[in-house]
Amino acid sequence: MPKIIKDGQVYEDSWQSLSLSEGDSASAVKVPEGQWIVPLNVWLEQKGTLKSRSDVGVQISIDDDIELLADDYANLPLLAFDFPAFMDGRGFSAAFLIRDRFGFQGELRASGAFIRDQLCYLQRCGFNAFALNEEDLEAAKASLADLQEAYQASADKAPLFRRR
Amino acid sequence: MYIYDQHDHSILQQRVEQFRQQTERYLAGDLAEEAFLPLRLQNGLYVQRLAPMLRVNVPYGMINSRQLRRVARVARDYDKGYVHISTRQNIQFNWPDLADVPAILAELAEVEMHATQSSGNCIRNTTADQFAGIAEDELLDPRPYCEIIRQWSTLHPEFAFLPRKFKIAVNAAKEDRAASQVHDIGLDLYENEAGETGFRVRVGGGLGRTPLIGSVVREFLPEQELLSYLDAVLRVYNQKGRRDNKYKARIKILVKAMGPEAFAELVEAEWERIRDGYTRLTQEEIDRAKSFFTEPSYQSFDSAAIDAAIAEQRAESTAFDKWLTRNVRQHKKADYASVTLSLKPTGVAPGDVTDKQLDIIADLADEYSFGEARTTHEQNIVLGDVEKARLFELWEKVKAAGFATPNIGTLTDIICCPGGDYCSLANAKSIPIADAIQRRFSDMDYLYDLGELDLNISGCMNACAHHHVGHIGILGVDKKGQEFYQVQLGGSAGNDTKLGKVLGPAFDAEDIPLVLEKILNIFVENRIEGEEFLQTYQRIGMAPFKERVYAKDH
Repeated sequence: MPKIIKDGQVYEDSWQSLSLSEGDSASAVKVPEGQWIVPLNVWLEQKGTLKSRSDVGVQISIDDDIELLADDYANLPLLAFDFPAFMDGRGFSAAFLIRDRFGFQGELRASGAFIRDQLCYLQRCGFNAFALNEEDLEAAKASLADLQEAYQASADKAPLFRRR
Repeated sequence: MYIYDQHDHSILQQRVEQFRQQTERYLAGDLAEEAFLPLRLQNGLYVQRLAPMLRVNVPYGMINSRQLRRVARVARDYDKGYVHISTRQNIQFNWPDLADVPAILAELAEVEMHATQSSGNCIRNTTADQFAGIAEDELLDPRPYCEIIRQWSTLHPEFAFLPRKFKIAVNAAKEDRAASQVHDIGLDLYENEAGETGFRVRVGGGLGRTPLIGSVVREFLPEQELLSYLDAVLRVYNQKGRRDNKYKARIKILVKAMGPEAFAELVEAEWERIRDGYTRLTQEEIDRAKSFFTEPSYQSFDSAAIDAAIAEQRAESTAFDKWLTRNVRQHKKADYASVTLSLKPTGVAPGDVTDKQLDIIADLADEYSFGEARTTHEQNIVLGDVEKARLFELWEKVKAAGFATPNIGTLTDIICCPGGDYCSLANAKSIPIADAIQRRFSDMDYLYDLGELDLNISGCMNACAHHHVGHIGILGVDKKGQEFYQVQLGGSAGNDTKLGKVLGPAFDAEDIPLVLEKILNIFVENRIEGEEFLQTYQRIGMAPFKERVYAKDH
């Protein structure tokens, strides 16, 4: 089972990702039992039945419109945001909006091409779980604490000038 | 000047420690080159043609004597004993060793200096008028707001991986000396008719490959809402800015493509949502920032006696008279003056200053200017608060230190990037061009007769020397491996910001002084009494210049 950093600790990842194979259609593909992260189009097609499950999360990619989930943020247990390249910073703003505008309370997971040295910023924008592509997650998680004090507001913290 | 408290120190120390560990991982082979690249850039470190270059921020140009001495020490201990003042008012070390950079950053942190976000695709050093707080035409002091912006932009978690770099300038004077119209965001600080303090917001200005003048997206932004509005602008840019082509990735391209109105609508929608959130500035925070920029203990003197004494000194010394005319500026207080130390003597790369000179400037700042100095985007250094009665004695010391070349604002006060001698982005050298011009036009009386002239030389179209907004701009270009120089006329960076137009085909390096001479001759022959170069150009247009410069010799 792959490992993941979540809420500052390293865990075995209990979630699996569903990907569409050739011939699968988003409306017909079966989401098996257990904890599954499904692509956004599968969720949108099968929302009627999937939303009764508390073990289905949604994978969104950088080009997806996060407003498509506006009605779902209150109930989804997990959102995984895929970074296409670590220099592509759109995910930082997306996370902030998912937490701040849509009030998402569940697990917000970063996946894809981000790097260890971004953990601390990602966390401050609202991510709390990291499917980081590194061998030694115990060592990597130290980077979450790189910059503990900060001037600006974070997803869950007032700016320094209100605390000074 | 702003003074760090324990929070500022701890933020900076964490940053220094973070980069020390990243550098160690990189040197040990545990951090890949492409991942280390943006990390080092955001700590000011470029890898240049001959060695790394470290760019240290001088926030809005303010620097104190302790910092100057530390910069001198670092230049001495880790570098070759000189630094370069950049057109973003920053200080660049040209020859540090990569492995030494964490130690250099630690030394600078001790004196409240940092290189955070001095390069990379993030929010850069905020710039302002070098005469902020002391200019006679200033409406309000921009520096408290610049410091608020510095803190907001420093290590902002959401905006560290923007499509491209992002530069903010704040102007608060009648005459814009901050080039605010050619910045990603240009803020004009003013008081509205109701007596409220706020900003006119321009977005989408910039130079580089596609020079554009910023568009006003909001006529008045109340001061308390500064940061929520900046967050909204950056958030829209971070999401919508192009990432497929680095030459089309600046916010100016987005604003132009969408149209300023459509862009402003998106910003306003996001801003409406967040403006009452906790990024809204408190009066307490604005007052706290202002408390660091109160007036020093100015004194009153017998103005008439001082003026009489200066008149006598001027009559006795023509050199002093010239220096006063060109390098000394009226202060908002009648008995004080602002002195610009020229870093443009012939034979020195424009903006370069040695460790010994930095130590001297620190001493002069302590003795004559309340311990503070300012770097300028024209690449000089200003002593802002000098008693008029002591100008003559200061001049003698400045002269001995090599800063008294009375050329401020003239043709030889050239704005010049490091160019191909140092920079790996450059297409052509720029320093030798500046040097050739300074040698050719060394007659001060001729320079004074020419009047106000901004000559800007960039070694490539990234336009670090802002050649588009020089009255005369020179751009180094590369054609099949050979260096050529394109000349532009008619640019201006002030209130009536204009982009220069290309004169015609580019020239060989050795032809530039002669080309310049022909351009200046046309000006001198055509000017009407009292006209500056720019006015003559605007009246007579490009044609006469073009005709003379490209005329066939018979």
